[in-house]
Amino acid sequence: MKGRSRNGALLLLIPAIVFLVLLFIYPFGYGLYTSLTKADGSFTFANYIRFFTNERDLRTIGVTLGIAVPVTLLAVGIAVPLCYHMRRGVPGEKIISFFFIVPVTLGTVLISEGMLTFMGPNGWLNQLIMALHLAQKPVQFTHNYAGVAISVGLQGFPYAFLMLLGYISGINPDLEKASQMLGANKWQTFWKVLFPLMVPGIAISFCLNFVMAFSVYPSAVLLGQPSGPQRVIALAAYQWAFEKFNFNAASAISMIMAAIELLVIAVVLAWRSKLYKGASIVGKG
Amino acid sequence: MIAVRNKLKISNALFMIVIVLFVFIVLGILLTVVLNSFSKGWYSGLLPKVFTAEWYKYAGQEHKIPRLIGVTFLVAIADVLIGLLISFPAAYALARAEFKGKALLLSLFLLPMIVPPMAYGIPLAMLCYKFHLAGRVIGTIVVNLVPIVPFMILVLMPFIEQVGTNLESAAKMLGAKRGTIFAKVLIPLTTPGLLTAGILSLVKSISLFDLTYLIAGENSQTIVVALFTDAYAAGARPPQATDALAVIYFAIAMTCLLVSLRFVSPTQMVFKVK
Amino acid sequence: MRDFKRISVRRMTKRFGDKTAVDDFSIEFGKEEFVTFLGPSGCGKSTALNCITGLIPITSGEIYIDDECIDDAKTSVPPEKREFGMVFQNYALFPHLTVKENVAFGLKLRKLPKTEVEKRVDDALRLVHLEGYATKFPSQMSGGEQQRVAIARCIVLEPRLLLLDEPLSNLDAKLRVELRYELKALHERLKVTTIYVTHDQAEALALSDRIVVLKLGRIQQVGSPQTVFTKPANPFVADFVGYKNAWKGKIEVLKENGGTLGASVRTKGALIETKLSYPEGDPRRDAIIAAYKSGGSVTTAIRPEDIAVIGQGEGAARGEGNVIRCVADLVEYQGHANSISACIKGCEGERVDLHSASDIAFGEAFEACVDPEKVLVFAMPEASPARSAP
Repeated sequence: MKGRSRNGALLLLIPAIVFLVLLFIYPFGYGLYTSLTKADGSFTFANYIRFFTNERDLRTIGVTLGIAVPVTLLAVGIAVPLCYHMRRGVPGEKIISFFFIVPVTLGTVLISEGMLTFMGPNGWLNQLIMALHLAQKPVQFTHNYAGVAISVGLQGFPYAFLMLLGYISGINPDLEKASQMLGANKWQTFWKVLFPLMVPGIAISFCLNFVMAFSVYPSAVLLGQPSGPQRVIALAAYQWAFEKFNFNAASAISMIMAAIELLVIAVVLAWRSKLYKGASIVGKG
Repeated sequence: MIAVRNKLKISNALFMIVIVLFVFIVLGILLTVVLNSFSKGWYSGLLPKVFTAEWYKYAGQEHKIPRLIGVTFLVAIADVLIGLLISFPAAYALARAEFKGKALLLSLFLLPMIVPPMAYGIPLAMLCYKFHLAGRVIGTIVVNLVPIVPFMILVLMPFIEQVGTNLESAAKMLGAKRGTIFAKVLIPLTTPGLLTAGILSLVKSISLFDLTYLIAGENSQTIVVALFTDAYAAGARPPQATDALAVIYFAIAMTCLLVSLRFVSPTQMVFKVK
Repeated sequence: MRDFKRISVRRMTKRFGDKTAVDDFSIEFGKEEFVTFLGPSGCGKSTALNCITGLIPITSGEIYIDDECIDDAKTSVPPEKREFGMVFQNYALFPHLTVKENVAFGLKLRKLPKTEVEKRVDDALRLVHLEGYATKFPSQMSGGEQQRVAIARCIVLEPRLLLLDEPLSNLDAKLRVELRYELKALHERLKVTTIYVTHDQAEALALSDRIVVLKLGRIQQVGSPQTVFTKPANPFVADFVGYKNAWKGKIEVLKENGGTLGASVRTKGALIETKLSYPEGDPRRDAIIAAYKSGGSVTTAIRPEDIAVIGQGEGAARGEGNVIRCVADLVEYQGHANSISACIKGCEGERVDLHSASDIAFGEAFEACVDPEKVLVFAMPEASPARSAP
């Protein structure tokens, strides 16, 4: 009986497994294979060597990390206290959540396109800044690092926020009370109880935010200087593939991108398991 | 010893500042896009001086707007339906059955969400070109399944776990066959889950960009890709025309979002991983 | 621990919007006393407890420890500085910390030397019989063990006041009784001043020095377990401590005889003759005399175990008084006795609940009688100012 149900279950998994193999594992493997071959199909490391020896390409790693890491840290860093403040609900929470969900739904392209006007030299933001006498001349928010960072942050922050809000409101409120009754003030309660319990949520939202920020493409193209200081790694891969039609080189960059991301995720997950040792055995939050 | 209960907290003020700033930026971005698309010669000042609808006409001449909207919805709906067909049985099996390598399989399913589209997208695009899927609507549908299916599995699993095996056992005791249980017990009971997964994926797939961008041609691109191409080729067209297209996209995405918020809560838009 | 003599709560009130959860709540706790807040769910007992801890700010009133005001609704000592300990219904153990770390949590905050922390944690764990569990995580333990950890976590700090919010209600019946004994023993040993919240009268009777019965945020009665059990102050308390048969009626005859009152109450189902030992000056005595004089209605309250089944025909010999003729429509075997629920012959809707060793069959007609000394009589609510409108 048990065997039958197991077979039944595996049968149900077949469509999904076929999907996964055909559309993800096979392309990934194909990419790995392509990255390790020349155009004629013979084995080579040349695609990787070229990337790591070409200063212009190698720089893209630093450029992309330089956007992704600070933006992600900032997004999560603001989201944590904000969620802490909202953990028991605040008036107008529905409307606030709505404004957070809008940029997530609209996607990078619209946000970037809108920022060009809104944050441009004559845009509303600069009009406000000038009216408040915060600056003498318009502040440049577009076609530079700030533009890309703001656009990536606007996307990432709501993600981190909504995710962490789910985590923190899932923590039993009595734990906070218990900590207080044992003599901990608000600050101590946060660092000794709530924060450790939020670590899994922080880790996962950091990872997802980082992944989104690291593969930043439309924002960098529209709001940065894609030929120079904001030439991100995704753009390099795209150019090799669809401008120079060197798919072997492009695949190598894709693999490097994936490797860096998995590395960062591994580091974050290691940090998580170090900080949150109860994780493996704690079922309920 | 006695502490005053302070009513005016700094944290409240900081909270308000962050929220106001965020709302100001989001609203500002959206409103300028809308205003700009209706304006003529708005280079300075709080509001445009002349309003016009000509940019929409212009955008309509440059693009086959009905076709763009048609492809966008066709891709989104097809992805939702195919996605549900693939992910519901899988989510059921993963929620119910215990087997060796389940954890590994689950993390494999989640991998497409953790690896960004740009990393596997290029090899995937290469394969699409190889198998002549690129540039065709079917190709756009296929590639966008990659991020949708794992997302759906993740959304559906808790709903199925919630149903509990008792009801299925009860149906079995009453002599129902497997197929009947699926159709008469499980599907009706998980309708909220199916609805949630479907709506969330619909909203998500309308804004999916990277993969479509990599493989789509003139006739198989979605509206968001056309928008990016226009914005990228700035100078080729007046920016107001780009904004007109942006407003069309915005109207579609917003309508879907507002409709979906009647059925799901905002926090569900962001999936939760244990 | 800073020493004290008494904790007094004066006219404490808590309102949520226009809903009053705790209403004009005044009580004093002596040192080493074990006081229970007893009442049905929603009676405000947990809110009252949380107000005393400071976790919920009070709307008005004052809380004093001796002469020190710790809360007067405008200013208050924050909960973490009150040196109270609290045990929660769902244990509220920190899931990311081991048992040892949970118990050491408060000690570490007080920056005690490491060796002292170790020693006190070990002592506390020994006290709740959890030696050897130090390195386990809460999720690896049973409910009873988790609750012991929660108790150890509080008492290790030697709190001035220990507050327990329905600590046993998530446990199964056997464990509940076991842990109840342990709590009692622990209190005997440590003499921590304790407030215990429960809806279970058995727990309240077994553990307390004094019981505070609450209804809709108002105190109904404060007294020793014996007083509350045998002399409930009003029909609500009577019902809550097991006087299941409450019948409305009017006093037909009232005989005053020294310390006792003999009231014959005509209820719908029977004529109940009573012998009330209310001494002169007892407000309950005055209320009943007033009800008799004004012809106002009264309520009689009788425990199921104080109603006995009598033999056929015996009722006729006794006359009308205190004989109830009824038909059993529910009989439950409960080991030591049968629990019988019956409807009273000739009056629709009036019921009687009783416990009897006699074998009464379903649908059987029988007669029962009541001991006059075991009947309580209360003047009706409109005469009793202690009750609040819902």
